[in-house]
Amino acid sequence: MAAVTRGSFAVLRRLLTQQYRRRCFRLQSVRCDRTVQPLAFRWDRNIQMLSSRTLHIASVSRGPIVQFKLSDIGEGIMEVTVKEWYVKEGDKVSQFDSICEVQSDKASVTITSRYDGVIKRLYYDVDATALVGKPLVDIETEAGPAVIPEEDVVETPAMAREEHTHQEIKGLKTQATPAVRRLAIENNIKLSEVVGTGRDGRILKEDILNFLAKQTGAIIPPTLFQEIQTPPPAPATAARPASTAAAAKPPPATPRPVFTGKDVTEPLKGFHKAMVRTMTAALKIPHFGYCDEVDLSRLVSLRSELRSIAEARGVKLSYMPFFIKAASLGLLHFPVLNASVDEGCQNITYKASHNIGLAMDTLQGLLVPNVKNVQLLSVFDIAQELNRLQALGVAGQLGTSELSGGTFTLSNIGSIGGTYAKPVILPPEVAIGALGKIQVLPQYEHIHVL
Amino acid sequence: MSHVRRSLSLLRVDGVLGGVFGGCDASGLVLLSRSTDVFENLALEDWIDANVDLQRRGVLLLWRNRPAVVIGRHQNPWAECNLAAMRRAAVPLARRRSGGGTVYHDLGNLNMTFFASKKAYDRQRNLSVVTGALRRARPGLDVHATERLDILLNGRFKISGSASRLSRKSSYHHCTLLHSADRSALAAVLRPSCPGIHSNATPSVPSPVANLLDHAPSLQWDELLDALVQQYNAEFGYDAAVAPVDPADELAFPGVGRAVAELRGWDWTFSKTPKFSVQTALHLTDAVSAASCSARLHVEVKGGVVESCVLDVPAHWLPPRLVAALAAALVGDRFCRQRAAAAVAAVLRTENGELQRRLLDLGDALVSVIS
Repeated sequence: MAAVTRGSFAVLRRLLTQQYRRRCFRLQSVRCDRTVQPLAFRWDRNIQMLSSRTLHIASVSRGPIVQFKLSDIGEGIMEVTVKEWYVKEGDKVSQFDSICEVQSDKASVTITSRYDGVIKRLYYDVDATALVGKPLVDIETEAGPAVIPEEDVVETPAMAREEHTHQEIKGLKTQATPAVRRLAIENNIKLSEVVGTGRDGRILKEDILNFLAKQTGAIIPPTLFQEIQTPPPAPATAARPASTAAAAKPPPATPRPVFTGKDVTEPLKGFHKAMVRTMTAALKIPHFGYCDEVDLSRLVSLRSELRSIAEARGVKLSYMPFFIKAASLGLLHFPVLNASVDEGCQNITYKASHNIGLAMDTLQGLLVPNVKNVQLLSVFDIAQELNRLQALGVAGQLGTSELSGGTFTLSNIGSIGGTYAKPVILPPEVAIGALGKIQVLPQYEHIHVL
Repeated sequence: MSHVRRSLSLLRVDGVLGGVFGGCDASGLVLLSRSTDVFENLALEDWIDANVDLQRRGVLLLWRNRPAVVIGRHQNPWAECNLAAMRRAAVPLARRRSGGGTVYHDLGNLNMTFFASKKAYDRQRNLSVVTGALRRARPGLDVHATERLDILLNGRFKISGSASRLSRKSSYHHCTLLHSADRSALAAVLRPSCPGIHSNATPSVPSPVANLLDHAPSLQWDELLDALVQQYNAEFGYDAAVAPVDPADELAFPGVGRAVAELRGWDWTFSKTPKFSVQTALHLTDAVSAASCSARLHVEVKGGVVESCVLDVPAHWLPPRLVAALAAALVGDRFCRQRAAAAVAAVLRTENGELQRRLLDLGDALVSVIS
């Protein structure tokens, strides 16, 4: 069985090659053999169908590499400085996508692509001088319409008259590349009915396919989508080019999450790496945890009384100043909790100042700004200082003095809705407290045993 | 559904702005922004550039801002302005989309944006509108436009600077006009934030400036605006009246809110900074032993993010692995004082005693360089 299959496959292959050769030969020669023609014709039609289907599915089929020249900018300018590239070699671009930003004599110019295709070569580095009329990038265009317009063409698709008039008044143009338009025509879709998710509301191939899927209830195979959807941004490095105008006016449709099913690995560096060391050192400390619930009814009423007085003096009063002061008062009784031990636990240093830190979660990571010398401050002073630290934090201006030198830390897990927490001691400190959220709960006050 | 909403919003726009943007064919358009927020006005500029059909007619936008510093598209904010001083004075920083240098805007500075198609882009013509208007209002005034597209008063003082932006089919050219700006505030803010910056970003060219009001004391703001509008209409053959617009009006300018948010964001303002490096010396002291030494810092910043950080500290002062750990802790984060301080604090936690003291001093010196 196998031998037969192999044999027939070999025959088929030879046959294919013959037909293929004949087809090539036919293209090259003046006139073809009549007897061969029907076979060749059938074969050609298959190829044609395949290629048009491929055009629907695949992203790029090999086409000519076009040198995209830097067009005239006006005012007799002959050279410009390339300031920023929005694409790199290998990126896919569509017509009207931004390619780079150049600058000349206080004029900033965005150069947009005239073609659909793949960037093959960038002719200049950033800060290099580019010459007008010379090639800027090489683009490998898609095998599609042979004629690529030299000038930017304003396309006005056939639309309902009312829509057309509105478009005119607003001066907007519905944009879609010729390839997309062909796709729409072949599938009997009115461009005006499709929501464009590209730049400036431009209609992309994916929009047509989405529209098709919704109309026919067809399930487009996931591989199809994967090929079409733009690749995810490279992690931790300069991301996929985003043109300035596109970022200024993002597409009106809700963005679909891009799922490609690929794991992303990136090295841990900078702050996160430093925190790994800190946390590893922290967990070397043997931890003992103790939890309790405290009735804060009187604190709640006290704060509401004092709040207006504090605000009159320009200070926002939260619960934290009370907790911080209470912690400091506790540390006066138990100075061992405000201490520090050296490497190897040889010596213990009892710190004089109560520099109580407040753990904060920020975009960067865990920050712990601390209030210095709480033992000398009143609740109001602490509130003032917390306001100052918060303002600094918002402005991104916390410095080393605010962020280091702490001797004891409080973590307000209640601010993110937590009730209980198991905090981690931050070296070189020896203790940390976590506060859950304040809740109103029914409790038995006194139980009389009858 | 969103497609229907989009058509509806188009209809609404036409209803509201039919009188403004609809209009007859060859008439120009003169808009006066009601907002004094620099981000809203810049977003409005971009909106007009992207959405209004400029092929057959031009648009003139008149606007002014509360105190703000505006840097050019490819400039380096750390090199151009003192960010710490600006924060203290609550002066915001904005990066515009056109090229050129750094300017200080306040309510005594008039901004004019001339929108035109790319074919009709002609900056000298636009400036002739300004000089023409000034001469018509005050015939004796010596104002002329230079080749660098500045306008000089009495041949010496710069009263206007220009910048422009060219897109696929449209263009805009905007320029300032110093009417009655606060020149002392300007000087305090337009100086570098960090020492030792090396960059290829577009530098600003400082020039002596003057206010129009100092040399033509009777020329009030409204008279100036009127003269400009008249001259604009005369030059381009339009017959436009001034139409006040509110850049915050999402109905009139759909999508402008998002543009404003983007202009305010860190990504646009700082991350668009071209690659630069900071190379400077640090002076270290040990408070307890009163010893001191000198170190070198070399930071490479790309896209507003620290790409590399090298600290060259004498080996006797601190162990090299510790110094390297401190330098490495800054890499990958924004070039920002707080981020650097947090990284330093994280590294400090794992050290003790004399090492920690010296490391803290080094960290302090390092962080104080970063603004």
